[in-house]
Amino acid sequence: MPHATARERRTRRRGLRRRFTARDLAVIGVLLGFAILLDLFVIWGPTVASITLSFSSWDGLSDLNWVGGDNYDTLAGGDYPPFWPAVRNNLLWIAFLGLVATPFGLLLAVVIDRGVRFSRFYQSTIYLPVVLSLAVVGFIAQLVFSRDQGALNAILGNQDNPTDWLGDRDLNIWMVLLAAGWRHTGYVMILYLAGLKAVAPELKEAAAIDGANERQTFLRVVFPTMRPVNVVVLVITIIESLRAFDIVYAINKGRNGLELLSVLVTDNIIGEASRIGFGSAIAVVLLTVSLGFIVTYLVQEMRGEERR
Amino acid sequence: MTADIPTTAGPRPGTAAPAGKPDRPAAKRPRRGRFGVHIFLGGVSLAFLAPLLLAVYASLRPYEETAEHGYFSLPRSLSFDYYRQAFSDSEMSKYFINSIIIAVPGVLVVLFLASFVAFVVARLRIRGGLFLLILFTAGNLLPQQVIVTPLYVMFNRIELPYWMSESMLLYDSYWAVILVNVGFQMGFCVFVLANFMRALPNEILEAAVVDGAGVWTRYWRIVLPLCRPALAALGTLQFTWMYNDFLWALVFISDGDKLPITSALNNLRGQFFTDYNLLAAGSVLVALPTIVVFLLLQRHFIAGLTLGSTKG
Repeated sequence: MPHATARERRTRRRGLRRRFTARDLAVIGVLLGFAILLDLFVIWGPTVASITLSFSSWDGLSDLNWVGGDNYDTLAGGDYPPFWPAVRNNLLWIAFLGLVATPFGLLLAVVIDRGVRFSRFYQSTIYLPVVLSLAVVGFIAQLVFSRDQGALNAILGNQDNPTDWLGDRDLNIWMVLLAAGWRHTGYVMILYLAGLKAVAPELKEAAAIDGANERQTFLRVVFPTMRPVNVVVLVITIIESLRAFDIVYAINKGRNGLELLSVLVTDNIIGEASRIGFGSAIAVVLLTVSLGFIVTYLVQEMRGEERR
Repeated sequence: MTADIPTTAGPRPGTAAPAGKPDRPAAKRPRRGRFGVHIFLGGVSLAFLAPLLLAVYASLRPYEETAEHGYFSLPRSLSFDYYRQAFSDSEMSKYFINSIIIAVPGVLVVLFLASFVAFVVARLRIRGGLFLLILFTAGNLLPQQVIVTPLYVMFNRIELPYWMSESMLLYDSYWAVILVNVGFQMGFCVFVLANFMRALPNEILEAAVVDGAGVWTRYWRIVLPLCRPALAALGTLQFTWMYNDFLWALVFISDGDKLPITSALNNLRGQFFTDYNLLAAGSVLVALPTIVVFLLLQRHFIAGLTLGSTKG
């Protein structure tokens, strides 16, 4: 009923009570209520708790002891050595996925979308790594990059002086990024393939008639019209980068050059130290960074909702 | 250069143009370019498959051989010994069942709850619908580590009767992992399903209201059957995600016997020595179900992802 007049709308609102019988309200109350409670219990409650605990020095057993911003001071001041390397690695992760893997996925989508033979085959193979668990990706990376037996050293033929791709702390993050990009590219490709299909062909034809060449058509017409997909891809890229955990954990538990914020949080709770307050402070750093992008995404998505 | 190639212009596989028909010049020009495209796409596909093929290849060869000659060498003997070993010594089948115990109820519950929430948000004009949608969607975008610490503490304090959990706690039980998986994935499902349900024709539901159908009937008998394609897509996607999950089980389960298969893979790593060929066999076994699901249900899989990104 898109064209409801103001009066109709008013009566509808007044009739809300009557619209639902007691049984209806019970069904809504129980099912919706349960879903909301679960969401609050599993997601939002813990989020608030993380923020609160980050101002304490709690170890999980003793009494809560509020320490103000001490945990954050420790992080910023460099008294916790793995913190800044982890921040650097997370930023590298965003940069690599955003500047290398994502454009590559877009390129593949554009090439496949132009309609070549066997496109289904290409599409499936490139997408295949996405269905793998990141832990499996981590283990496979070890087969490729291992120093003594790995395929990469064999292909490069440097058996006499082998490079320890995953052991060298200046090198290993790049190899892990390659593995992560392997998986990310296909994901981006699929999203853009759907986006490209949704672009009206008339737009491209009109641009061609106006004398735009293919590159101009893509950059000035097609790419901007895919704005919703661009936002989704941007957010997915950043959120995935901030969530990255499984690959490095499968390789070496995120040590020796592979520190990530997510690993530090996990280490501080399931490690022997059990520094819950401190781990929460790192989690809040993650939360703060991701929140900006989550809001961007929601504004983009919900803008459409309100118009409905 | 005029390159007015519409997306659907490429000849479909198996429908070559009839020989007698003169080729349009536009169809002829890209041919050389097409050759390059095939080399490019073929190369990328091969590069993307190579690590997987290497894993399969490594898993078929004995450790002594690859230790001496490396993974990238000609085979001298091939066998399925590592798979046998993974199943018998490492009891991979047990962990596989654990994964099913977690993923199947998880998917069913999340689809049920999320579809009802989506129905309320998209189809019943209740106040705060948009707020609910934001609440659920945003929850799915948080990094897992933001919520993991308080959940760990909470689960260690919630007691369960023995028949529900041998540990007598929510911690170290399947319940914990299922609960978190459901809660965490609900946002994505609500978002996708709400988009899908909005696109359903109004008339059917209005007719049901006139007939006096209650909320439950409208949801269960009318909307849900119409959502079958979206539910299939989401079910496929969610099964893969829950099956692939690594972190929740790692943090919330301490009893090694209860680990799902993805997390149990770490157990194939020895304390002092790791037989990477065994690990490769394990990786292939873990990856196999998801690859099979993907190849069989590819359409649903991709539909699930793209339903969330392009508005229907």
